[in-house]
Amino acid sequence: MDIIGALTGALHDGFGYLAVSFCLAAIGLNIQFGYAGLVNFGQAAFLSVGGYVMGAAIATSGVPTVLAILLAIAFTVALALILGIPTLRLRADYLAIVTIAAAEILRLVFGTSFRTYFHGKDGVTGFTAGFRSLNPLPNYDGFFLTYSREELWTVMVGWGLVIMISLLTWALMRSPWGRVLRGIREDEDAMRSLGKNVYGYKIQALILGGVVGCVGGFVGAFGAASVQADTFNLDFTFIALTMLILGGAARVLGPVVGAVMFWAILSFLGSVLTQLASYPVVAQFMNADQASTIRLMLVGLVLMLLMIYRPQGIFGDRREIALDAH
Amino acid sequence: MPTDNFPNDHLSSGAARKDVSAAGDTSQPRVPDPGAGENKSMHECRTALQLVPHEAGAAKPDPIVVVNGIRRTFGGLTAVDVEHLEIQRGVITALIGPNGAGKTTFFNLLTGFDQPDAGSWSFDGAPLKGKAAYKVARLGMVRTFQLTRVLSKLTVLENMRMGATGQRGERLWAAALPALWRAQERDITDRARDLLKRFKLDAKEADFAGSLSGGQRKLLEMARALMVEPKLVMLDEPMAGVNPALKQSLLGHVKSLRDQGMSVLFVEHDMDMVREISDWVVVMAQGKVIAEGPPTSIMSDERVIDAYLGARHDTDISELERVIQVEHTHDHAEQRADREVPR
Repeated sequence: MDIIGALTGALHDGFGYLAVSFCLAAIGLNIQFGYAGLVNFGQAAFLSVGGYVMGAAIATSGVPTVLAILLAIAFTVALALILGIPTLRLRADYLAIVTIAAAEILRLVFGTSFRTYFHGKDGVTGFTAGFRSLNPLPNYDGFFLTYSREELWTVMVGWGLVIMISLLTWALMRSPWGRVLRGIREDEDAMRSLGKNVYGYKIQALILGGVVGCVGGFVGAFGAASVQADTFNLDFTFIALTMLILGGAARVLGPVVGAVMFWAILSFLGSVLTQLASYPVVAQFMNADQASTIRLMLVGLVLMLLMIYRPQGIFGDRREIALDAH
Repeated sequence: MPTDNFPNDHLSSGAARKDVSAAGDTSQPRVPDPGAGENKSMHECRTALQLVPHEAGAAKPDPIVVVNGIRRTFGGLTAVDVEHLEIQRGVITALIGPNGAGKTTFFNLLTGFDQPDAGSWSFDGAPLKGKAAYKVARLGMVRTFQLTRVLSKLTVLENMRMGATGQRGERLWAAALPALWRAQERDITDRARDLLKRFKLDAKEADFAGSLSGGQRKLLEMARALMVEPKLVMLDEPMAGVNPALKQSLLGHVKSLRDQGMSVLFVEHDMDMVREISDWVVVMAQGKVIAEGPPTSIMSDERVIDAYLGARHDTDISELERVIQVEHTHDHAEQRADREVPR
């Protein structure tokens, strides 16, 4: 059995562009949910807007990459305002409902409408030339964790962004601004009574988290060299939330470690189980198709055990969870 | 319960007051002495109330809050309907009334946590109609809540810092640049520590606010409200759920607010406290202000006693028993009817 191969695969996936994309989605959710207490069930919408607007602008109109990125960020801010302005004055549930609906609406629109720009189920392709032309790496494929030259470039840029955004999050959350956000998570009315404009702060948090998610959409798009609507289904947001809880909400490193571990474990279990299924003894109970399903069952089991024995996540503070008990 | 017997023992209130104030003084930590001139003007504030007629809606010599025709209805129920009310500056005003009188709703309306259907009101000359709650707080009208609202997963010190207004570091663009707000943060922390010391919470500074006891939370909430540097402190049932020992120190703290030149308006059911520290009492019943006056006279007021005990409280006891008997049998009949309904 090829354990080394499985481990290399786990590292490849754990640090791959998809992990980076999810990681940024989870960092965005951490700002919104972990710090400000906003329940955003439609983070996928922000990533899809990032990927689609940037991809379509480059592929259809030949807009330079940097401008396309700025355009996509502007659209993301607009989306956050559209979702936030009517709902953030209301109870937390309303934002959850509106975001989950918006994510589905956008996925369907991108997948079926405006085909000249979004190309239906085929998705948007042909927008990576500008980004790849910046690649300074020499041309030798697969020397590091079997990444190709293009993939390695995307991953490097991606992790650079994760580090920068994590540092920014860290700086923001130790400032009085971050303190206000945590206060809002605890009790909005108390914050109003202390003269804080709760509504304004919630909108800021929603925008900031959405823009970080949008950057994750860029990394995903450049990594896959295409943008496809079905990537951004509801599972996407829930997996990102799972990563956040796994790593520990309201901790800067929580979403980062959560995303890497989630992908690494998923990938490792996948290759081990597939290899096991090739043995005739095991194949009686589990064939190769069933292996991928059992993999998800095992991940579910690990998550359940984690929530039972370490409900605060890997980096969380147990005392905070104890406060919720009474 | 003190609410039950207050109309009868108002004559003995003088003795009770002496006891409580003595205890309050010893338990009260040293506060910076307000200037002598301030003291004198405060004294004037209180003596000025002696000339105010003891009637609902009476005009005050120097009102900090003026309310005109505020009405709030919830469906068919009129929760608050106050024609005119003035709150004197620099004194402690108590707002009392039986349960459901609309005191908390009135509080919510004044502080912008709820909007009335009609009426206008002003604070320190500034009209407040339609102003958001956070803007009201910034103007210097700060409230606490009936059920304490501490920020559980923040430390006691962080809770305190939150109260300071005009923080540069609370703006998103400045937040990532500590150089812009570090000095201000240091000042705020110093002020927070001073207040914590005064409220005897300094040892708890690094603890999560959620780990404090009920009474300590009340203290923290009051101290945090002071971080806002309010002109008017509005306390919604500050004594609810506080043990007798802590009550004395809370009383001392409330009095010290007045001594520092702040105005206080509080809702309270604890009549001992009302009698002990308030300079003026406003009585609400069924959404309306029914009486006003100094605590000694208000507690013998016929309308107030009626509001608390019912207009027929001095009817012959045998007659009341008959009424209760009738209601009792009626209840039983209803219960029996309920039980007979097949499930």
